[in-house]
Amino acid sequence: MIAETGLAALWLAAGLAALQLILGIAALRTEFAAERAMRGIAVVQGVLTLLAFAMLLIVFARTDLSVALVFENSHSAKPFIYKVAGAWGNHEGSMLLWVTVLSASGAFLALLSRRIGESTLTAALGAQAALALGFYAFLLVASNPFARLDPAPIEGRGLNPLLQDPGLAFHPPTLYLGYVGLSVAFSLAVGALLTRQVDSRLGRAMRPWVLAAWIMLTLGITAGSYWAYYELGWGGWWFWDPVENASLMPWLAATALLHSINVLAARGALKAWTMMLAVIAFSMSMVGTFLVRSGVLTSVHAFAIDPERGTFLLALLAIYVGAAFTLFALRGATLKEGAPFELVSRESGLVINNLLLSVILAIVFLGTLYPLFVEAISGEKLSVGAPYFNAVAGPLALLLAVLVGVGPLLAWRRERRAILPKLRVPALLGITALVVTIVLAPGIAILPRLALGVAAFLGAAAILPLVGRNPLRAPPETWGMVVAHVGIAVALAGMAANAAFTTERLAVARLGEALDVGPWVVRLESVAPTAGANWTAIEAQLRASRGAAPIVLKPQTRYFSDPPTETNEAAIQTFWNGQLYTVVGKPDPSGAWQLRLWWKPFVTLIWLGGAIIALGGAIALFGRALRAWRARRKREPNWRERYI
Amino acid sequence: MKPKNQRLILVAAALFAVVAAALLAMWGLREQASYFFTPADIAAGKASEGKAMRLGGMVQAHSIQRQGDGLTIRFVVTDGKATTPVVYRGIVPDLFREGSGAVAEGRLQNGTFMADTILAKHDERYMPPELGNLSAEHKAGGTLER
Repeated sequence: MIAETGLAALWLAAGLAALQLILGIAALRTEFAAERAMRGIAVVQGVLTLLAFAMLLIVFARTDLSVALVFENSHSAKPFIYKVAGAWGNHEGSMLLWVTVLSASGAFLALLSRRIGESTLTAALGAQAALALGFYAFLLVASNPFARLDPAPIEGRGLNPLLQDPGLAFHPPTLYLGYVGLSVAFSLAVGALLTRQVDSRLGRAMRPWVLAAWIMLTLGITAGSYWAYYELGWGGWWFWDPVENASLMPWLAATALLHSINVLAARGALKAWTMMLAVIAFSMSMVGTFLVRSGVLTSVHAFAIDPERGTFLLALLAIYVGAAFTLFALRGATLKEGAPFELVSRESGLVINNLLLSVILAIVFLGTLYPLFVEAISGEKLSVGAPYFNAVAGPLALLLAVLVGVGPLLAWRRERRAILPKLRVPALLGITALVVTIVLAPGIAILPRLALGVAAFLGAAAILPLVGRNPLRAPPETWGMVVAHVGIAVALAGMAANAAFTTERLAVARLGEALDVGPWVVRLESVAPTAGANWTAIEAQLRASRGAAPIVLKPQTRYFSDPPTETNEAAIQTFWNGQLYTVVGKPDPSGAWQLRLWWKPFVTLIWLGGAIIALGGAIALFGRALRAWRARRKREPNWRERYI
Repeated sequence: MKPKNQRLILVAAALFAVVAAALLAMWGLREQASYFFTPADIAAGKASEGKAMRLGGMVQAHSIQRQGDGLTIRFVVTDGKATTPVVYRGIVPDLFREGSGAVAEGRLQNGTFMADTILAKHDERYMPPELGNLSAEHKAGGTLER
């Protein structure tokens, strides 16, 4: 019954989405007052998909093997948390999560939106319903998560062991909240273009949605990066894998949108540009979904290969993106540009930020899709990896990071003062960092060296907006910006330090033998079998010392029987100045063991920086919300009686 | 600045960015993309020495030889028509075996493929996509592991 309840809820939600879309069209074409009804429908729709998702969690938690999806992806002997998280560790479940976030976003838009006009809101809710409808259809027709098996098998096939990790519980939901949360910006942009009400009010209404989605996306990408880093045992934190790029592309677009939307909200300018970015951001989410879920690429995360699904998703992508761009082409040129600005101004700075982010986005996009195009056209197979992305996008990202230090110092509309003198201290720091690396580490590559200098510059320059004023009186969004920009400097420093100073040691060691890696001496003490709930393992015991008290690391090779797989469990020890990363390989015939050791100075700054960037976003989001709430309470002292 | 001029400048800047991105990407792709070859392609002389590429095929039975250092292995990759010898130093992926599929990334040097990384079938269900045509038992699903 549980699976059937979930399926029924989905069908019902799809029906409501169709109704919501019809009401939206009616409201747009006539004077029909649909706002209240549409808000109600959107909320119910959100509740129904949440119910369907809850049903999926229940069948997974109970390992109900009569549900085909559970049989394919679960096993009764799996730890409970992976039974539950396994619900979205597969194609159908993850698409259900996607759709749930989509309609929950629509429900929140219906519940919370008070700032925009009625007609724009109904048009936006109509657009959100149109999006939801397509993806409900995809779920119900091509990816039903609740399909039954009769008779029920006695045991499931198990979950891919690489996914049996706490990362699975956190990474996909956060990523999807960000990815799919951008649908609200898309719908608001489509709604505003339809009603021709693109103004600063729309900018202010759209901003918290973009910011919230962007925060989740930042957290999701950061968490995914750390997960891949420790789980795969390859010692890398970003592989330029197409699936990673699929999450990076919406982030780049959302970051650009986050900045241009401030120009729209504050100055009423960059209207067409901001609408375009809002459309592109969610389009990138859909492109990402297509890449990952259609099985068109096969990589670390792509679990499914099914041409039917691919065609379906491609059709949805073409319809939505095509419709949005057609609308943009028809209406974009008729938008009146808002307040003008001079060449040297905050607005110009944000335009340059947007252009650089867009160029980086295009480079990632082309690099990710090029192999698919070539294969489709000529049948030739090729791959595009880190050498391309680092060489082409890396220098642009560094240039952008430099400008991040400059842009916030510019005044709106027109900058009359000279701002370069303010940057004296940061520039001095950056140059000092460069000189120090040239003297102390002459052998490192040019890009990491420059990145270290830029990180030092930006770390200081990012704080300047708080200098020369009482920092406690600075508005929360200024604090948020400063924190996020410092986060970029921190992450950049981590990436550069990892690229420049990592030492790797690959060797065969006998029991008792010691190996050097960086400042460490690592001794192989013993190798012994061990076991967990659903795996057995060979575990090496390593004792690492650097003068003072030694520490013990226990890397493993794990063997899973359902499905039959081996995984490497790296043992990682974190210190304030870096991580010691150890992997054990195979024994050679003489009984010695392969060991792979890395000393990675300051690598943790990468993820710390990502978390700081998200924190900055959260400060701006909640700070603004708090201020708006206070203002409303002041304006309407009796609001409590009216709403509660 | 007049609003009309401002819009023109913005459009010009956006166009410039698009063209710049496309040119940069084309340059980068021409320099850095690595093509996929089978042993038959290499035998036919399609692959040039020293350029980054990927080699795919089945690991020939009884061809894996461990070298004295315990880390370097030599093996032969075949696609049924031709064979290519491969040298790799490092920890091989978990399911790298004789008789199963593998993709190696690296460069060709005097007819021997010097592999930097080896991608192999990760679990019982998965095989690198390029090997789809080489094996009748190729089935969908799974993940790729280095």
